[in-house]
Amino acid sequence: MPVSDFQPVIGLEVHAQLLTQSKIFCGCSTAFGAEPNRNTCPVCLGMPGVLPVLNQRVVEFAVRTGLALECTVKKTSVWSRKNYFYPDLPKGYQITQYDQPICEHGRLVIDTPQGEKVIRVRRIHMEEDAGKNVHDASGGQSLVDLNRAGVPLLEIVSEPDLRDADEAVEYLKAMRDVLVYLGVNDGNLEEGSFRCDANVSVMPKGSSTYGQRCELKNLNSFRFLKQAIEYEISRQVDVIESGGKVDQETRLWDVNKGVTRSMRSKEEAHDYRYFPEPDLPPLHVSDAAIDAAAKALPELPRAKLTRFTSQYGLPAYDARILTAERPLADFFEACAAHYADAKKLSNWFLGELMRLLKEEGTPLSALRFTPAQLAELLGAVDKGTVSANAGKDVLGEMFRTGKAPADIIAEKGLAQVSDTGAIEAVVDDILAKNAGEVEKYRAGKKQVFGFFVGQVMRAMKGKGNPTLVNDLLKKKLGD
Amino acid sequence: MQLTDLTMLELAAKLAAGAVSSEEATRACLERIRQVDPKVRAFLRVDEEGALVAARASDARRKAGNPASPLDGVPVGLKDIFLTEGVETTAGSRILEGFVPPYDATVVRLLKEAGLPLVGKLNMDEFAMGSSNESSAYSLTHNPWDLTRTPGGSSGGSSAAVAAREVFGALGTDTGGSIRQPAALTNTVGLKPTYGRVSRFGIIAFASSLDQPGPMTRTVGDTAALLQLIARHDPQDATSAAVETPDYSADLEGGVRGLRLGVPREYFIEGMDPEVEASVREALREYERLGATLVDVSLPHTKYALATYYLIAPAEASSNLARYDGIRYGQRAKDARGLKELYAQTRERGFGPEVKRRIMLGTYALSAGYYDAYYLRAQKVRTLIREDFTKVFKDVDAVLSPTSPVPAFKLGEKVDDPLSMYLMDVFTLPCNLAGLPGLSVPCGFTKAGLPVGLQVLGRPFDEARLLRIARAYEREHDFFLRPAPLRG
Amino acid sequence: MALTLEQVRHVATLARLALTPEEEQRFSTQLSAVLDAVAQLQSLDVEAVEPTSHATLAESLLREDVTRPSLPPEKSLANAPAKSGTSFAVPKIIE
Repeated sequence: MPVSDFQPVIGLEVHAQLLTQSKIFCGCSTAFGAEPNRNTCPVCLGMPGVLPVLNQRVVEFAVRTGLALECTVKKTSVWSRKNYFYPDLPKGYQITQYDQPICEHGRLVIDTPQGEKVIRVRRIHMEEDAGKNVHDASGGQSLVDLNRAGVPLLEIVSEPDLRDADEAVEYLKAMRDVLVYLGVNDGNLEEGSFRCDANVSVMPKGSSTYGQRCELKNLNSFRFLKQAIEYEISRQVDVIESGGKVDQETRLWDVNKGVTRSMRSKEEAHDYRYFPEPDLPPLHVSDAAIDAAAKALPELPRAKLTRFTSQYGLPAYDARILTAERPLADFFEACAAHYADAKKLSNWFLGELMRLLKEEGTPLSALRFTPAQLAELLGAVDKGTVSANAGKDVLGEMFRTGKAPADIIAEKGLAQVSDTGAIEAVVDDILAKNAGEVEKYRAGKKQVFGFFVGQVMRAMKGKGNPTLVNDLLKKKLGD
Repeated sequence: MQLTDLTMLELAAKLAAGAVSSEEATRACLERIRQVDPKVRAFLRVDEEGALVAARASDARRKAGNPASPLDGVPVGLKDIFLTEGVETTAGSRILEGFVPPYDATVVRLLKEAGLPLVGKLNMDEFAMGSSNESSAYSLTHNPWDLTRTPGGSSGGSSAAVAAREVFGALGTDTGGSIRQPAALTNTVGLKPTYGRVSRFGIIAFASSLDQPGPMTRTVGDTAALLQLIARHDPQDATSAAVETPDYSADLEGGVRGLRLGVPREYFIEGMDPEVEASVREALREYERLGATLVDVSLPHTKYALATYYLIAPAEASSNLARYDGIRYGQRAKDARGLKELYAQTRERGFGPEVKRRIMLGTYALSAGYYDAYYLRAQKVRTLIREDFTKVFKDVDAVLSPTSPVPAFKLGEKVDDPLSMYLMDVFTLPCNLAGLPGLSVPCGFTKAGLPVGLQVLGRPFDEARLLRIARAYEREHDFFLRPAPLRG
Repeated sequence: MALTLEQVRHVATLARLALTPEEEQRFSTQLSAVLDAVAQLQSLDVEAVEPTSHATLAESLLREDVTRPSLPPEKSLANAPAKSGTSFAVPKIIE
């Protein structure tokens, strides 16, 4: 059977580092990039005698995420210990949630070529991250840095509802958008603060029994996720085609070779011996807390996209870009409150504003002008006070200095001349000086019109209102 | 009469009156330790300098009329399970040899803040696993009442030091009886508070859902005073109860008239030492004379408590002791090649036989395929044991029983027979499974002069009443005045 | 219930204990005896009983999300049997 006769079945496990100030069970900073073991204390070092105390922000973030993914938020959830030995795991167990996680039975909608598709979310639970083992290049030893040990994570597990690599990528992107929108995660795959493992299996098309699955790790970009899944699907099909059996195992994506390879060495006799964490009483989340979190839930990317197309009449393309990040969408809406033509506003956003943000590397939060000022600039362009081209310069100046558009227009003398009398005088002067060209025009050589426009604009140092200049020229030339 | 013969409260009164200084009292303890500890071997290490510095600071406060607490200046000892910043802490284990903690346990901080000089660290069964102190990796502690016998365990160093009057009081921990059983075997008072009453932060964990620290002293009044200093809610311990601390001494002399005291028939069993039973029965009659009503009660699941305990405690311990891997602290097998050997050799050499036995048992009880049959089932039976007590405490104010089925046994007698050693906890561990407070108060001696203890169990957070009940009996006998002979 | 030598070895591997052959023998005997003793629990009907995993009825205590000073690395590493810079050192980990 060729690959096309097989149906891949994929589920993703997302690990999202939560944007808290302090670790999940102690007061150490979660800041990235410190000297090894700078952000450690007896608790996250797993010293004798230490006890965990839960960071309430972690619970808030978990509840918020659960509600956003339409999960059932459990009023009582239970902490467990997952026991295994590894140098980056200081206590010899990870505090996590096992059989009673905080959220269950959610969903996330993604776009596929066949239209919208619902991917079910099986569960969300909270847990602590491990530290980091690095190989010491200078000697035959490994080094252990526990700065990351105890950083809070959410693990979000999907049902095996994804059917190909593209769907998996769509799901992961949509999940990242949601988490970033909620303000619980920074969505950074490269630094590993947003990570994902993929469970992949294949079965003959039409079958209802899933094949043996493999867990893929080291998928730290959307591209790697896609490549790894596609490689793994064809590998599993090959194994079956050649009469073999797929082994359930963990496989690592090898970026350089573009293959997945078995991590058999780590597989030996894993028995995590989960049991309820005696140091932490069961976690209770009140109805009031769930209600409050539900009320405070922001509009999510998908809903916002739909609303931008309906409320503002924007094309889907514009709406998608404007809603990709919550601060941009918020700023757009603030401007739209002052300026009625949403499409024209969107053009300025997609063109000039995003170019400036990108070039200057400025975050939206550091913008120096207000939505009202941007609306004022667009109004001035509409009224002809300033040309569209000059308007771009004004925006650039606003971006850099934060000055009011009217002040910039005045200071730089960018205002257009819309005084009919003043333009008429210049038109008359130009026509008088170029009698020969006027003759040609009247004889039917209409192309010279452009020459007259150019001459008038040059005489007016570019500030003549182009519409008025055109109108007056046509009138004087007898058209 | 020596200074070390005073009770904590007597010494506190003299300190308050300026009749003696804390430095004098501390020096008296240090001198007493020099004299008798070579025979008793209660101490793993003495912090002479630290204790004297604290004593002089206390004297300065007393002189300024500014004592930090009623017990300011009273020297005490600590079981070596409490982390002490800058002072080696080993939990009686080779694997922690040389470990110098970077922080104080909450209760250690509280004692320091209250001005008590901390004289040193007391021997214990390794990681608190044992009932005789014989599993300590360092030394054998001897019972001051008969040096050939055990002082009990696991807080045997604490009980021996208090009984030998090397310190005025001590802190121990109790997971299945480790405060009460050694107290009973040494004619001292030991209280295991309600689970969550006293912070566990900074105490080396044995079984997290059972462990609880508590005072060990010569008198009930001293226990009340010491408990007063450590019974606090601790924001660093998520299982610490946010319950107000009553004045434990206020009603100490209130007597037992009108109280209903339960006598559980399951606590008077075959195989129990007849002299122990006789002493306890005599104490029960005494309570009746003092105006209490004895009520025959039943705790029907008592016979399952030992099995339940010996699944739950080792399971939790197997996980709690996973951190001893020779990577961040403690001993490491030096010749280990590769990571796997580092773990397996470090732990093989660092742990003693009893600890290994329990790690093995606990690992097995949690492992795939056995969890439901062992660990989960034990947790369910634990519920039944708790419910037994809940029912009984609807009818009675407290429950009375022997603390230990036998008096102090000979050192070496049970080391090779884990099951018979485990039986030593049969009366004490149900209380830990139920999370209840329990204390042991001296109730006489066998003909051979070995102490016998009476156990009083109560409702959650009812420590004040337990102390009052124990005090009513103590007042009639004053067994605590009798000095231990320090002979073998 | 008897614990075979093979089971003892498996559990020792899980627990990271390099038991000697004598210990394997001894633990097999001793743990079998303990398991026999705890087998009495199997006779109880606990089908409808909720397990107790915590002795406390304390509400889950939470802390505010505020940072507190960490230990200086020299204190974090003061007890380390082997270190390199401010990292703990272990024998090379082979993937």
